Amino acid sequence: MALLEVKNLEVTFFQGNASKSVVKDLSFCTEQGEIVGIVGESGSGKTQTSLSILQLLKDNAKIIKGSIFFDGKEISAYDEKKMQSIRGKEIGMVFQEPMTALNPLHTVGKQVEESMKLHLHLSKEDRKKRAIDFMKMVELPNPEDVYHKYPHQLSGGMRQRVMIASALCMEPKLLIADEPTTALDVTVQAQILRLLKKINEEKKVSILFISHDLGVVHKLCDRVLVMQNGKKVEEGSSEEIFHAPKEAYTKELLLAIPNRTTSLRKRRREGME
Amino acid sequence: MKNRKNYSLIIGITIVSILFLLFLMGIFYTPYDPDAMNGSEKMLAPSIQHLFGTDQFGRDIFSRVLKGIGTTFLIAISTVCLGAGIGVLIGVLTGYFGGWLDEVLMRVNDAIVAFPSILLALIFISVLGAGKNNVVLALAIVFIPSFARMTRSEFLANRDMDYVKSAKLMGVSSLRIMLVHILPNAIPTILSMMAIGFNNAILAEAGMSYLGIGVQPPEASLGRMLSESQIYLSRAPWIAIFPGLAIVLLALSFSLISEGLSKKGER
Amino acid sequence: MKYLWKKVGTLIITLLIVSFLSFFAFSVIPGDAAQSKLGTEATEEQVKALREEMGLDKPVLIRYGKWITQFLQGDFGESYSYSLPVKEIVLQKMPIMIALVLLSFFWILVLSIPIGIVSAQHENRLLDYIIRIGNQTVMAIPSFFIGMIITLIFGISLKWFMPGCYVPIEDSFFGFLSYLIAPSVAIALPKTAMAVKILRSAIVSQKDMDYVRTAYSRGNTKRQVLYRHMLRNAMIPTMTFWAMTLVDLIANSIIIEKVFSIPGLGTMLITSISNRDYPVVQFIIVFVATLVILINFLIDLLYAKIDPRVSIRK
Repeated sequence: MALLEVKNLEVTFFQGNASKSVVKDLSFCTEQGEIVGIVGESGSGKTQTSLSILQLLKDNAKIIKGSIFFDGKEISAYDEKKMQSIRGKEIGMVFQEPMTALNPLHTVGKQVEESMKLHLHLSKEDRKKRAIDFMKMVELPNPEDVYHKYPHQLSGGMRQRVMIASALCMEPKLLIADEPTTALDVTVQAQILRLLKKINEEKKVSILFISHDLGVVHKLCDRVLVMQNGKKVEEGSSEEIFHAPKEAYTKELLLAIPNRTTSLRKRRREGME
Repeated sequence: MKNRKNYSLIIGITIVSILFLLFLMGIFYTPYDPDAMNGSEKMLAPSIQHLFGTDQFGRDIFSRVLKGIGTTFLIAISTVCLGAGIGVLIGVLTGYFGGWLDEVLMRVNDAIVAFPSILLALIFISVLGAGKNNVVLALAIVFIPSFARMTRSEFLANRDMDYVKSAKLMGVSSLRIMLVHILPNAIPTILSMMAIGFNNAILAEAGMSYLGIGVQPPEASLGRMLSESQIYLSRAPWIAIFPGLAIVLLALSFSLISEGLSKKGER
Repeated sequence: MKYLWKKVGTLIITLLIVSFLSFFAFSVIPGDAAQSKLGTEATEEQVKALREEMGLDKPVLIRYGKWITQFLQGDFGESYSYSLPVKEIVLQKMPIMIALVLLSFFWILVLSIPIGIVSAQHENRLLDYIIRIGNQTVMAIPSFFIGMIITLIFGISLKWFMPGCYVPIEDSFFGFLSYLIAPSVAIALPKTAMAVKILRSAIVSQKDMDYVRTAYSRGNTKRQVLYRHMLRNAMIPTMTFWAMTLVDLIANSIIIEKVFSIPGLGTMLITSISNRDYPVVQFIIVFVATLVILINFLIDLLYAKIDPRVSIRK
């Protein structure tokens, strides 16, 4: 049984009398321990898909069709209260902008610990100990020191590590990462990707990785879903999509990867030799 | 975009228009002479003859409220125009040119802002003396800093924009850049501030006249009517209530307009 | 620490400017202090002698220097009309104003925080609309008119208090405080309406913030997100308004004293203005301005406490 199964999902935005479907008839699943990537341009509905899994859509957006199963349970039918016991505990989430996604007025420690505070009964010391363990795991330097710092005192990469630590500290079965590396520069991006891979291998946590960058997705994911205008265009293993795309849109996305042309040329050269 | 009706603006403008018509009417016609005392008609309750009743001297309150609205309107209009005019001018100059002039004027601004506005107006009144013109002058001075500050920040924000730079490169004169290129961008904010300025001017004038240092008798003033009515509050509450309601309506209408304008600006 | 020193520096500069402006304003008045002290019957020689005695023939800056030095030493001059030290007559009025302002501020906080939160929670629903309409209306009522309505309803009709029968603090502390309830509510109501409006929009503006979504993603309930996350962030703009309000309350207390016949600082200021008793007026102004500047200073410090980013901001 798949860990996460999305069936015929349709998400619609309402504005006054007008409505617009941003996700249409989308189905996919994520197996235990698998890293699945969703790729598409902005507006393709990939972020709305990820938000609808945790029912974090804005008030003017709604799931109007389809269902989402997690661990065999139909979580799309859950009410707010039941959903709260899933969020942060069974499914962790990492967002794009690590600066604005962290509360500017709370210390790093407080934010990493928050899920524990909500879902576990631990003493203050135990919470702190566990938070620091996880901060070590995400390779934050001087975790004891960083624990007392505020988000604005950290670099973008460190902030994103804090986000990841806070999403992981309840050891969720699934981690949803919505463009976690987009706001970071290239070297930091590579570090974060390596970290996610390591977490996936060590903790056996499944990852749903959302990105507009097929190159990044290729490096990290086992399987890839390509989305356009709210619909699934193509699905396949990472290698298939990257090296033998079937759909024209996927080919376009591949051309958009900055280093792709050079790497193609390189490969062609290698092929000739 | 949602096309919801801007009720604040509509209601605000409606009330202002009605009050303004009453004010115009008050210039040419009032049911009674607002200053005529009548010993036999003291403190009559509201009736068909005297819509709002009569006061302790037998004067018709409706007629006096009409005159009072007029006084308030005139004071508010002159105050806001004077304050906004000078304030915007200072803001334009300091915001566009910057430098020591900016530094000095903004320091003085800070010091003036440190005072509560009514207190500041009181100081000016104590220097200038009571009376209608001095109320206008005092309140205008109180309003200058906020207009100056807002215009300045608007100009600062625009000064380094590309469109201003390119205008400069093309040799457009400073004056033209300021008036034709930058000022129109600041107009929505200035309008909204003027509306709230009206609201503040009305309340401040009423307060000062209530304290007896604003408009001087025999000129009718809503604030003064309130303060004179106070000792008769238990016997003839209508002497206080109608002028009071007039002040509330005046202030409310302008605060609604300002609310509506700022909502419009967000769209 | 550097932040603190910078703030103290601005504080002192602003105080100096304020004191100079208020001194200067009164030294350019037509008909000088010597004239008004002696009255209109005084001969020219008498006035001239007094002018020299008071040092009025010296340039403004020198007079200001002398005045500020005396001021700093606690010598605030003598009232023309009472012939008593200014300090004595003003300081005895101080408790009234402070009690009035603090009491009103208390009402504002107690009323506006819960109403603002409820209004934000019900954003664009019936309760929110009702609160907003109420707010907009109450904001437009001058405090002295509210005071008169309160007097009419609770004083004259219901007889909950005796209008016009102020109880001095020396007679009975509780009598004094309970007499101040009505005037303090009168000043507080319009300000409360504004405070509700500010708090509501501050909270609403937080709703779409990314960190709020993060908080939900960790399993926080709506209440927890509001109280643990949004409220503190919303406090930052709200506090600026509170500081302004505290300042405005000082001014408003001047007017409300007249409505409720309280012999306080405001009454003294108005009488002194009419009597052209400048030393008293000057002292009250400088005192109030100092109070205002101090309040702003304290709020700035509070900011640094609540917002960790402040100390690195310029």
